[in-house]
Amino acid sequence: MSARAEVAVGMSSCGIAAGARTVFEALSTSVRSKGLPWSVVSTGCIGACHAEPLVEVRQPDGRRFLYGNVDEAKVESIVSGHLQAGAPVAELLIPADYPYLAKQRRIVLANCGVIDPESIDEYVAHDGYKALRKVLNTMVPDQVVEEVKKSGLRGRGGAGFSTGMKWTFAKDSKSLTGKKFVICNADEGDPGAFMDRSVLEGDPHAVLEGMLICAYAIGSDEGYMYVRAEYPLAIKRLHIALRQMEEQGFLGKNIMGTPFSFQLHIKEGAGAFVCGEETALMASIEGRRGMPRLRPPFPAARGLWDSPSNINNVETYANVPSVIRMGGAEYAKIGTEKSKGTKVFALAGKIKRGGMIEVPMGISLREVIFDIGGGIIGDKQFKAVQMGGPSGGCVPEKLADVLVDYDSLTATGAIMGSGGMVVMDESTCMVDVARYFLTFIQSESCGKCTFCRIGTKRMLEILTRITEGKGEEKDIAELEELAARIKVSSLCGLGQTAPNPVLTTLRYFRSEYDDHIRNHRCAARKCKALIRYHVLPDACTGCMLCARVCPTKAAHGERKKAHVIDQETCIQCGLCFEACRFDAIEIRTGREAGLAISAARMTPGTSSGGSHA
Amino acid sequence: MEEAFLALLAEWKGVKGNVIPLLQKTQEVFGYLPKEAMREIAATTGKTVAEIYGVATFYAQFRFTPMGKHVMKVCHGTACHVQGADSLDTVVEQKLGVKPGATTADGEFTVERVACLGCCSLAPVVMIDGEVYGRLTGDKLGKIVAAAGAKK
Repeated sequence: MSARAEVAVGMSSCGIAAGARTVFEALSTSVRSKGLPWSVVSTGCIGACHAEPLVEVRQPDGRRFLYGNVDEAKVESIVSGHLQAGAPVAELLIPADYPYLAKQRRIVLANCGVIDPESIDEYVAHDGYKALRKVLNTMVPDQVVEEVKKSGLRGRGGAGFSTGMKWTFAKDSKSLTGKKFVICNADEGDPGAFMDRSVLEGDPHAVLEGMLICAYAIGSDEGYMYVRAEYPLAIKRLHIALRQMEEQGFLGKNIMGTPFSFQLHIKEGAGAFVCGEETALMASIEGRRGMPRLRPPFPAARGLWDSPSNINNVETYANVPSVIRMGGAEYAKIGTEKSKGTKVFALAGKIKRGGMIEVPMGISLREVIFDIGGGIIGDKQFKAVQMGGPSGGCVPEKLADVLVDYDSLTATGAIMGSGGMVVMDESTCMVDVARYFLTFIQSESCGKCTFCRIGTKRMLEILTRITEGKGEEKDIAELEELAARIKVSSLCGLGQTAPNPVLTTLRYFRSEYDDHIRNHRCAARKCKALIRYHVLPDACTGCMLCARVCPTKAAHGERKKAHVIDQETCIQCGLCFEACRFDAIEIRTGREAGLAISAARMTPGTSSGGSHA
Repeated sequence: MEEAFLALLAEWKGVKGNVIPLLQKTQEVFGYLPKEAMREIAATTGKTVAEIYGVATFYAQFRFTPMGKHVMKVCHGTACHVQGADSLDTVVEQKLGVKPGATTADGEFTVERVACLGCCSLAPVVMIDGEVYGRLTGDKLGKIVAAAGAKK
């Protein structure tokens, strides 16, 4: 693209957290002090988050070289070896055929990690606002909606409703207030998901262009971007983007010299997961408690301030410019019969190569986890992958060949979701995972519907009891009954899907629940009440490290002599286990840990407490 | 009343959907939402004080007590959870003597539990004063907390 000599540093939130700013400064200082003809620039998320900080050297001849895990020492060898002497530093390079990148197809993320997200000129140079120009100059609103329909694009927020249909409803809806609104849902709340953040930080204009095209299609002149306050960098870059759009005539009155006018506001969410639900989100923009209401009327009929409104999520809007540029029919060639295009995922958890990935629909989960993600850290046993956050479920290893499309994933009991993909291995306890999500849901339930408010609380109590070794046989049936009732008697998606993490783990990992209840055994050795830490005297060298990190002084002993852990004072925090360099600490569970067998399993008449005591 | 706060009231008076932005900006001014400010916001927006509290207590962002000098957010997102965020809580409690949600007696640290900071591939992470620290172990975090405490 550019014939300039550039060194780009990936400066998204996670890049910065990994030290990208230090790398950027070190690069700039070094290039400047040596007087080299290279410019050091910042870009968005390059995507290979596991290898952050990332630096890309873009030679004037068009060739590009990606360096991973860069630190100040490596900066020096890149500058002197590559920039000065012209020889790429082979041992630091991420190879061009890196399998992490090979199976990806980047449409939404095409510009992320390529352009400077704070420069509208770079966006324009990469086909930016071309789609908007095409729409405003050559298409009537009906044609725009038709094109989106033809593409088969479905909502990327989770539920997967047809975007074209949604736009049709909003377009055809009569407004009693004289207004229509376009809203972007950037309230990415699923724990374990950061797709929207990366897109907003890496290519904000693509999302904004998508919103403008939607506004033209449905006849709206005002919009809102509702973004999480927890994403300060995304908010900052959005404000920069809006200012630049106004300066260049892409926002405001008579955009690009046409009769189309549009103004856009950025609204910062105030921290409520339920505001990801569209009616709750609108209530929040209006300045009220973010509680969902009954639908119909749907937002397309009566939305924000009683005006017809169209709400899509970040990734959906980010797809729109590509749909228009490629044409709907061409876009529809990517993916499967009912799921078109690509999907962005945030790959994380016990995976070797985590990060932001974009894959064509129809790829299998196994390919994503093993070919792209490189498999499990430490080559442990892959157990499950959690998809769709608290509304989703866990897909077990045996179903890993399932294809990434809306319908296949729904059939497993999980959902496509917004794109969180957390990989779990044998050291993850599935009962604990279910309890984790229920804790989240229970605290985020807005409290409007009784079963969601109280039912999730009761489910959480049962799950907590099970993880504490106080479970009873009847608990499973009770969980299932509560789950069924919460699903049918909740108003919004939060409640309707709240039991999913419990239901899918019950479906695929029932034996783990039974093991917890009957044998007080947590095979993953995660549930604190069911595990005991012991020092293996033969392996212990008496280095005293465990004693130093132990917060309760339970781990103790003399130098160069085997240590012991006092079970009375041990709080099972695991810090000694993490610190030990000699694998001298063992975690025991169930019978081997000396935990009594559950009363539930005993036949009446057996003395409690064990006859051989 | 702070001048900056009075300026806010004037700026947002009569603007559609002004309640939440006003609460957010007020919190920026004071570090929390003082009672007197809530009354003023109610008067400016034409709502009752109860309504304003209803909105403010609904959202996790708003606080009604002052914050410590340093704010530490321990991430409990899914990725951080499976990578051992719980043991980070133990370390924080051990080093600072407070549980999540509380402020140390000397007013130095406020510790919060947050749902997800979106830095999942660096899990487990904590954020101290806006800076994210990733790929943590108990030992590493202990050192970071000690260093942050030394910063005045």
